[in-house]
Amino acid sequence: MNLHADAGRRAGLRPGRQPKLKKLGSRLWKERYLFLLLLPGLLYFLIYRYLPMAGNIIAFQDFSAFRGFWKSDWVGFKHFAKIFEDREVLRVIWNTLYLSFLQIVFAFPVSIILALMLNEVRNKRFKYIVQSIVYLPHFLSWVVVIGIVTTFLKSDGIVNQLLGAVFGTEAIPFLQDSSWFMPLIVIETIWKESGWGTIIFLAALAGVNPSLYEAAVVDGANRWRQIWHITLPAIRSTIVILLILRLGSVLDVGFEQIFLMLNPLNMDVGNVLDTYVYFKGIEQSDFSFATAVGLFKSLVGLILIVAANRLAKRFGEDGVF
Amino acid sequence: MKIYTNYDRIANAANMLLLTVITLAMLFPFYYIVIVSFTSYDEFVTKDLLLFPKKWVFDAYAYIFNTDTFLRSIWVTVFVTVVGTVISLLLTTMMAYSLTRKIMGERLFLFMVLFTFVFGAGIIPTYMVVKATQLLDTYWALIIPGAINSFNLIVMRQFFLGIPKDLTEASLIDGANDLQIFGRIILPLSKPAMAAFGLFYAVSNWNTYFNALIYISDPAKWTVQVVLRQIVILEQASSLSDGAQMALGQNPPPAETIGMAAVLVATIPILIVYPFLQKHFAKGVMLGSVKE
Repeated sequence: MNLHADAGRRAGLRPGRQPKLKKLGSRLWKERYLFLLLLPGLLYFLIYRYLPMAGNIIAFQDFSAFRGFWKSDWVGFKHFAKIFEDREVLRVIWNTLYLSFLQIVFAFPVSIILALMLNEVRNKRFKYIVQSIVYLPHFLSWVVVIGIVTTFLKSDGIVNQLLGAVFGTEAIPFLQDSSWFMPLIVIETIWKESGWGTIIFLAALAGVNPSLYEAAVVDGANRWRQIWHITLPAIRSTIVILLILRLGSVLDVGFEQIFLMLNPLNMDVGNVLDTYVYFKGIEQSDFSFATAVGLFKSLVGLILIVAANRLAKRFGEDGVF
Repeated sequence: MKIYTNYDRIANAANMLLLTVITLAMLFPFYYIVIVSFTSYDEFVTKDLLLFPKKWVFDAYAYIFNTDTFLRSIWVTVFVTVVGTVISLLLTTMMAYSLTRKIMGERLFLFMVLFTFVFGAGIIPTYMVVKATQLLDTYWALIIPGAINSFNLIVMRQFFLGIPKDLTEASLIDGANDLQIFGRIILPLSKPAMAAFGLFYAVSNWNTYFNALIYISDPAKWTVQVVLRQIVILEQASSLSDGAQMALGQNPPPAETIGMAAVLVATIPILIVYPFLQKHFAKGVMLGSVKE
């Protein structure tokens, strides 16, 4: 684009800054409609995604709604120090980690097993019907799922009725007894998400070369050996990546599900970081401390995800970014 | 060439049997919702094991459809779903398309989007921004703060990148500007992607609970998920009985029956769009996992 340089020379300007600026201006003008398309989305990201990130600095203040952001006192790391002194927060961090551990050990493999089972089905129609049904719960809201669970598990609900009819047991207080809290959360997750979780594994399995199986059959491999030597290795990298990503978000256990299951009787074992931040910040208006806890969670999450990605690469996988 | 041995046949049968059991277990809650919602008062309160009602009644439905709170919440949710989905789709496609073109700062903007994958701002500061922008207790609080899903945006961009460049370049030569290219070429070509992500946004708007919980305190603006929690989980169906009592006379239906009827009504829109959704979502999910 020498046009602009020429114009500059003709106007008697030295080549340099001004033509460059002009070039920038003309480029922006040329792309004005694209920026018009970009602008609303960009504003959205700046205001509702990045402004709150900046807003996290009230974690370093004693924020008071009356004095506002500019006039509240700066207190450094006071609130962060408090995280590690507060027994309740430590308890909440423990609950979060423990729940995450349970989810990885018990819920994560279910999708893989289900995908392997679906992959063995030869009848296309049957496979399609099963898939349609197991994906469905993913699209229900947590309110609906917990609502069903509540109705099922009440002392006079269908589960207790069935247990009573078959084993003659007394009604089990599933919803009140806090030792049931974590198992229920895991079972709900399995019901709602394990079908949906098969999609990615099934896609990986669809890419397996069928001649591998034929060769294995010729070599005399039975079904189990085919699964062991061909199918599982085919989805190994998908499993590793998803597992590592999952490890990267161990502090994210989902707000809605936990919040809806919480009641005064299970608060001790069930309160996790997200719900704690909600109770402290929104309900008790302890903004700065709640923000500090939230920021702590986000930062640990960020570090874990970056580390997990490194780990994936070290295992010879592509990583996610 | 497939060689089936007896062993294979048994394994197949066992596998299909097990899958059938799993599928039925997945379906049972749906079945139970339906039958409880149609059970009569007399039959339900006896608390016999209820697997099939002897008499089908519509009392619970009559009750909730005579309840202002529930009806209002449905309308609120319909509004938020329709308007929210349109806005989300527009913002997402517009931004996604502009990021497929080599505009100034494209890489920075793309990074801004990708960074939100790994770092979220946190509940409290987000709440304070929503408050500062005057959205609290308005329907916009349910629409704007989550308007763009970063994942959808990236997948949408990926989809646009797959549209042959020749098409846009030809129309540029013909004198079309970028807005015209977007409106007349890109959007018509991306109907399948629009349908898929429109349905994704619609379902998430319909199901939204968290935003309604923290941003809406006026009961007149409650969404259906909030009302469902009142009815089913907190069992405060009686709190909704404005006018419903009169419609039914003496015995209101049991709380569980009302609750399951409400759950079903709130879930039916999802069940209606599900067949359409299903055609697209596997593709949509996979698009996202394929790397450039």
